[in-house]
Amino acid sequence: MTKDLKNPPIDRIDGRMKVTGGAQYFADFELPNMAYCVIVGSEIGRGTIASIDTKKAQGAPGVLGVFTHQNMPPIPGWDAPVGGEADGPAPKPDTKEKYRILHTPKILFDGQPIAMVVADSYERATYAASLVKATYAKQAARTDLEKHLAEGIAPGRPGSSDYLRGKADGYQSAPVTLEANYTIPVEVHNPMELHGILAHWTGADSLMIYAKTQGVNATQNAMAEAFKIDPKKIHVHTEFMGGGFGMGLRTWPQETAVVAIAKKIGRPLKLVVTRNQMFTLVGHRPYTVQTINMGADTNGKLIGIAHAATAETASYEDFTEATVNMTKFMYECPNVSTRYRIVRLDRSVPIWMRGPGEATGAFALESAMDEMAHKLGLDPIEFRLRNYTETDPEHNRPYSSKNLKEAYQRGAEAIGWNKRQNQPASQREGDWLIGYGMSTGTFNAFRWEASARALLNADGSLTIQSAVTDIGPGTGTALTMIAHNVLGVPLNRIKVAYGDTSLPKAPTQGGSAIVSAVGSAVYDACTKIKNQLVELAIKDGSPLAGRQADELTLTDGVLFVEKEPEKKIVVSELMWTNNLTVVDKSADSKGGPELGKYSMYSFSVHFVQVRVNPLTGVVRVSKAVSVADSGRIISPKTAASQMIGGVAGGIGMALTEEAVIDHRFGRFVNNNLADYHVAVHADVPAIETIMIDKPDPIINPMGAKGMGEIALIGFAGAVANAVFNATGQRVRDLPITPDKLLRTV
Amino acid sequence: MNPFQYTRVTTPKAAVSALSQESGTYFLAGGTNLIDLIKREVVVPERLVDINKLPLATIEKTATGLRIGAMAKNSAVAEHELVKKHFPLLSMALNAGASAQLRNMATVGGNMMQRTRCPYFYDTSMPCNKRSPVQAGPDKGKPNGPSGCGAIDGYNRMHAIFGGSTKCIAVHPSDMCIALVALDATVNVSGPKGDRKIPFSDFHRLPGDTPQKDNTLLPGELIMSVDIPTNKFADNSHYLKVRDRASYAFALISVGVAVDMKRDVIQDIRLAMGGVAHKPWRLTEAEQFLRGKSATEANFKQAATIAMNGAKGYGENDFKLTLAPNSIIDALKTATKTA
Repeated sequence: MTKDLKNPPIDRIDGRMKVTGGAQYFADFELPNMAYCVIVGSEIGRGTIASIDTKKAQGAPGVLGVFTHQNMPPIPGWDAPVGGEADGPAPKPDTKEKYRILHTPKILFDGQPIAMVVADSYERATYAASLVKATYAKQAARTDLEKHLAEGIAPGRPGSSDYLRGKADGYQSAPVTLEANYTIPVEVHNPMELHGILAHWTGADSLMIYAKTQGVNATQNAMAEAFKIDPKKIHVHTEFMGGGFGMGLRTWPQETAVVAIAKKIGRPLKLVVTRNQMFTLVGHRPYTVQTINMGADTNGKLIGIAHAATAETASYEDFTEATVNMTKFMYECPNVSTRYRIVRLDRSVPIWMRGPGEATGAFALESAMDEMAHKLGLDPIEFRLRNYTETDPEHNRPYSSKNLKEAYQRGAEAIGWNKRQNQPASQREGDWLIGYGMSTGTFNAFRWEASARALLNADGSLTIQSAVTDIGPGTGTALTMIAHNVLGVPLNRIKVAYGDTSLPKAPTQGGSAIVSAVGSAVYDACTKIKNQLVELAIKDGSPLAGRQADELTLTDGVLFVEKEPEKKIVVSELMWTNNLTVVDKSADSKGGPELGKYSMYSFSVHFVQVRVNPLTGVVRVSKAVSVADSGRIISPKTAASQMIGGVAGGIGMALTEEAVIDHRFGRFVNNNLADYHVAVHADVPAIETIMIDKPDPIINPMGAKGMGEIALIGFAGAVANAVFNATGQRVRDLPITPDKLLRTV
Repeated sequence: MNPFQYTRVTTPKAAVSALSQESGTYFLAGGTNLIDLIKREVVVPERLVDINKLPLATIEKTATGLRIGAMAKNSAVAEHELVKKHFPLLSMALNAGASAQLRNMATVGGNMMQRTRCPYFYDTSMPCNKRSPVQAGPDKGKPNGPSGCGAIDGYNRMHAIFGGSTKCIAVHPSDMCIALVALDATVNVSGPKGDRKIPFSDFHRLPGDTPQKDNTLLPGELIMSVDIPTNKFADNSHYLKVRDRASYAFALISVGVAVDMKRDVIQDIRLAMGGVAHKPWRLTEAEQFLRGKSATEANFKQAATIAMNGAKGYGENDFKLTLAPNSIIDALKTATKTA
């Protein structure tokens, strides 16, 4: 079985294409007669368009059309939610505003498209867009969550309801208690690649789309719903993506508008939003305020935790995420309550971002765990071990696999945890203070449904097909490894085709779920090929006739008897004899009901060493070790890369990233890459990644769990905890910028 | 972006005469700031005069020091042997600025001419007196967006603590200029009325009632070169830049220090700060205090206290009232090797 073997670290299969320009991203596609679309955004956060003057723009060179709420072509499915709610079923619409792009003069958020200008070149469209002038009847925009915390509403969706185990106020009677508030600002995904879409109507009801989507099938369905056409007539292609981080998890209204306008003008139409528009049109991590109440006994046993979170959402859509969920199952604790609220503000709607709500919640929980450990005088790892649980206390069932103790131990060794002083502010190197911190992370391990097809050719090559998009983590590489493990086809003879709706259906790439879902489908399809080959090999007339199926091994195009290697048959000969030019198998794969008996999670532990300058408040992460317990690692090299990427994102979350709104105007004041500080190389030290690499016996045939999210979840807490250890100062509001650590000398 | 004319000139004379012809004309050097300003419609030019072909990129030793041509690239200056050896403060400051790509494009003259990074200046829907002066004077064209100051009662975390006015509290964003003002540089300019020299400390100005004016150049004047006098600071120079991320971020506070030390006594010293004012902020009184004093933390603290005379916070930038003196102390310790 492959799950017993550690996989070799192979190179990324698309690496060469990506560094030589061979990889085609959506905006790289050029079609004959293509037109370009540029969005004009509102300059107010709430109100109504009083007038909009498009005459000058319409008369500008090369302009093919200027679309506003006054002349936007109709969209047949517009009355249904376009692109779906961000999460779960739509709640009752009467409680919310309705947002339909360019269908109303009403402005619900800053940057809301008020016009889409189409011209024969991007430059001409940009120029014409600058000529569109609007006046507004302004209203005060409610954009400051801190001022509207009291307006929180329960989202009323499964999974976001209040949770209670034991007593809600169980923490109060504990000998040692803690109450702390934590704040996460608005963060914006800001991948290198800008968002957008290229839409081409190839017939009256047939459509070709190149998009920046994390799920081609999801985009296909959203457009089918919006335009009331058969999904089969919609072809969506997204083979490569220059970073998704969650922003491509849904179809955005401006994408639907581009498709509608393309139909109206009868030309292929491309939209690439600007960097400024990346802050308002494609989602963000919501500003979230959290309170944790915690109680423990003097032996370091948790007695109660209450975790409450309030997050912003739009006035027109309820976005929810799993911010408080980790608290329910992470530690053994008799009294646990969680509460999650959202506040509808005059803001564009958030979307999941990098380890989404779980990363937000882990910052609070794991900071609080560190604060409590300090109060108890315990080492933070020791405190966690005293509250370690081998079974899921939320659902009272076993974990499918959990090797977190080993992760704590190996990470601690790698960072040199024994050099940490439990007394804060007690280590210096020159003028700099040194501190160590750690944090746990966890995220659901899923087993979604997926399909795949595998084709073994007579020349010994193998083709794998799945519609899944590889947004960067190395999905194609992992699928190659899985196929290789089942069929023994050499790695360089395996081709993976992905990112296209002409291929077998796959889920949207997100939720760290793809290796488990699509990988299982590839595993199953390849296993079907193997089974057919074995069946042919042992039938009458074959040199291996009469052998049992389980005696045979398949490697490098040869089927042989494990114990008598000279008894063999070459697969190409076997196929020739049976008149087969190809063995073509498809598989629809999903988990069985037995999965419901287990709680399936991936786990991570992050360790950091920080240096803090006590005069300037500057924090540098000087060392980082991240340990992943996510089952069998299929592709060690791309898995390590994914952890490294998560840590880089985690450093940004901890130290630098914050999108700032001037609430007087309801507008961002740092909506560009110079002023919104994504961590740069100089912020990121060498990162050591450790994979526990033990298969999960339950989740899927490979024993592999996801690791995209856990690479980031918890990291910001580890940094905050290290900063406390270095300085004795606890920062509960991210990011930890120099001003928050300043002290008068 | 408005359609504009584009002219390329090859002699300084032609450049000066092109700029003198009409308002709405701008020199285009490296373009790393001007092009952004045009794209955001903060600057709406009628005409761009491309001066990249001017023969002004020479860096050469002179009888009294070093002359750096206005068109020398920031990266070329930072890596120049004479600069690294004799004026390391300038090299350090340049390398602390922007990114490698930007430094490869940006010129010395353009760096001096760059505009503030105040967000209200860049967003034409928000109030700004620098972009849209209350009274459109003869120097600047028509108002562009609402007037007022968005920063004084708004997001002013990055803003001035010295020399602000009721009209403007923007800061000059340059790192290079902090080194040049500390090193007593002189700016050589050429204009319709001939050539003149401007002490670097007089080149940039405080906002007062005319925040639209960043500097004291007269209409039509072209920066030709910058002169730095010979000094004895090469062994004890330091540029400290405190910022929100380790690279490619503007200074919260920066401090340029150049010291002439004999044993532990400060013979002579230059001190300047960035991120605190509408112009590179020279700390002459603190310098005066430190001259002849020992390089001790106590003296540094006192110098920092003197340097902070007259500082004023506006809310979000109050932390600079602590960060600035701390940074002065930190930079002094590093420059004098007493850290």
